[in-house]
Amino acid sequence: MLIEIKNLHASVNDIEIIKGLDLDVAPGEVHAIMGPNGSGKSTLAQALAGREDYVVTEGSVSYKGQNLLDMEPDSRARAGLFLSFQYPVEIPGVSNVYLLKAALNACRKEKGETEIDAVEFMRFIKDKAKLMELDEKFLSRGVNEGFSGGEKKRNEIFQMAVLEPDLAILDETDSGLDIDALKVVANGLNAQRDGQRSFLLITHYQRLLDYIEPDYVHVLADGRIIRSGGKELALELEENGYDNILAAAS
Amino acid sequence: MASKQPDVKDFVDRKYEHGFFTDIEADTLAPGLNEDVIRLISKIKGEPAFMLDWRLKAFSHWQTMQEPDWAKLERDAIDYQAISYYSAPRSSADAPKSLDEVDPKLLETYDKLGIPLHERARLAGVAVDAVFDSVSVATTFKEKLAEAGVLFCSFSEAVKDHPELIERYLGTVVPHRDNFFAALNSAVFTDGSFVYIPKGVRCPMELSTYFRINAANTGQFERTLIIADEGSYVSYLEGCTAPQRDENQLHAAVVELIAEKDAEIKYSTVQNWYPGDEEGRGGIYNFVTKRGDCRGDRSKISWTQVEAGSAITWKYPSCVLRGNDSVGEFYSVAVTNNLQQADTGTKMIHIGKNTRSTIISKGISAGRAQNAYRGLVKIFPTAENARNYSQCDSLLMGNQCGAHTFPYMEIKNPTAQVAHEATTSKIADDQLFYCRQRGLREEDAVNMIVNGFCKEVFRKLPMEFAVEAQALMNVSLEGAVG
Ligand SMILES: Nc1ncnc2c1ncn2[C@@H]1O[C@H](COP(=O)(O)OP(=O)(O)O)[C@@H](O)[C@H]1O
Ligand SMILES: [Mg+2]
Repeated sequence: MLIEIKNLHASVNDIEIIKGLDLDVAPGEVHAIMGPNGSGKSTLAQALAGREDYVVTEGSVSYKGQNLLDMEPDSRARAGLFLSFQYPVEIPGVSNVYLLKAALNACRKEKGETEIDAVEFMRFIKDKAKLMELDEKFLSRGVNEGFSGGEKKRNEIFQMAVLEPDLAILDETDSGLDIDALKVVANGLNAQRDGQRSFLLITHYQRLLDYIEPDYVHVLADGRIIRSGGKELALELEENGYDNILAAAS
Repeated sequence: MASKQPDVKDFVDRKYEHGFFTDIEADTLAPGLNEDVIRLISKIKGEPAFMLDWRLKAFSHWQTMQEPDWAKLERDAIDYQAISYYSAPRSSADAPKSLDEVDPKLLETYDKLGIPLHERARLAGVAVDAVFDSVSVATTFKEKLAEAGVLFCSFSEAVKDHPELIERYLGTVVPHRDNFFAALNSAVFTDGSFVYIPKGVRCPMELSTYFRINAANTGQFERTLIIADEGSYVSYLEGCTAPQRDENQLHAAVVELIAEKDAEIKYSTVQNWYPGDEEGRGGIYNFVTKRGDCRGDRSKISWTQVEAGSAITWKYPSCVLRGNDSVGEFYSVAVTNNLQQADTGTKMIHIGKNTRSTIISKGISAGRAQNAYRGLVKIFPTAENARNYSQCDSLLMGNQCGAHTFPYMEIKNPTAQVAHEATTSKIADDQLFYCRQRGLREEDAVNMIVNGFCKEVFRKLPMEFAVEAQALMNVSLEGAVG
């Protein structure tokens, strides 16, 4: 297994949001996590990435055989865990490429690889930017500074393409995108499915799953996974809505 | 320097006559300040009568003045009678002979700051004649300047060699009665820098005190006078990013800039005086008066400063926009950590028509430090169509520090357009987390965000200074988060 989550409980401001969650992801698998607003999807993503305010009170998470919960957020990242944020933050004055180059070099150093220089780096990211249909202007602008919602999301996937993580957690990367942008994002994601890289696709809607076929679908409600199944579960949700499944589960 | 020695000896020999010298270390005046001390300073320096008169006027005015008391600064009282007002330039005999003799800790900091090797020796106070590089560089430098007709020398030399320029310009921007510290400086200053750029000359290189031989020991009361004559241009760099120690706690410098018609002066400062230890003990009080006079039409003065050191910084580099269409700019980064206090800002005084000013101030506070921006934009009735844009951003790191913004405006002409924007932000947890989620260590993430915050100002610095300033930021905020 790449990641094994057992009986995870997590709180924000002393309020328990994740209430005993189990999930295993093997290398190369794509898992979709679906659930109504407020069910704890983002909380799960943030807790896995190690955000301070998201306190794990019970349970264990093993990642590549290590205790993930003992690791600093940046060590988790350098160990190949990537989070595409639901709301990517703006960092004025820090250029997109500058952050990304520093990040890439931090990851490479961790693996004992040599640092990449500026020229090599620009060559390396060029195709990836093109794939995400990000103009070169965006690369030199401040991180997410003045980006539209769709641009921010494309930028997240672009960063992921550059950092080449082992586990990508995508928190509602599809929301707020029009259909063209959604296709670009889905393309970018599919290009990164290589049989080894694993994905946790967090989404409210099933439409992203029309483009990216998941191996498993889980329904999250009130901090627990109440149902798991194959990709047909997403279609069932689409047809009947969350209410039926929630009612059936309770 | 050689010519000074007899003078020093002269007053040392007369010490019993006046009775206010210590009998130790022959070339330092005993602490204390009175008219005789001022006469002595002027005599030692071999100054013409107008200089002595001016100093004495400043002194008698200073005696009537009250030391300012700023609400936002906390400090011990200064005992002006406990300061020694003259020290002869120290001989290099007791200076370290090479870098091997320098405190390894200091060298480590230079390393972190990326200070070039040949500069390290000078900064560490290695005897100048032992620093081959800087001497030879300085010599070629002097030749080039002479060719262009640029005068660049110590203030004392200028008083001797160009008294007419000194008499004409000294105190015309910062009068001797301007403020408590400026008056004190006028009475007792011992040296500093002098620059004159002749009409139509574009100074062929950036001027820095680094290249002024015998720049060391200008002491705690430094005076700088820069004159850009009609149509000329000069860029002047003051200070350096390396931490500078000094036994003198009080530093009260005065800088006067004069830009004649169509002239431009760009003045950049990196200030990194010793800030004291983590409890704030032993740091320098840096009370500086800096002012530029855009005297001629279409003249321009810009101040760029990175203030990182000192226990207390109090300075407001200002522009008097007298000429029509003249331009004043102020770009500032002030960073305070631990118990440091900074009260800094600018004054833009619009007198001429179509005058324009820009103020960009970035304050960063960490630890228990306090950082205040204090600025005045004043539009005279004569200043038709004056324009000002001010932006003051504060960044807080942690919960124990403070940022304060005091923008004052006095607008006496209805055609003026004045815009002020201010923001205060915490170094946002979500920004920090975002960077860390991409793999950056916390310290690197902080540095990246802070440098991004300062970028607008750093980009105004001359290239090599900008790189050093960025490194300085990182070193100054070491341990501020975590
Ligand atoms: N920082 C926070 N402070 C307080 N409550 C929070 C915070 N983050 C999330 N919550 C609460 O936790 C619950 C789950 O939120 P979230 O994980 O964002 O849900 P989802 O992503 O599934 O919409 C919600 O009730 C939300 O209000
Ligand atoms: Mg969410």
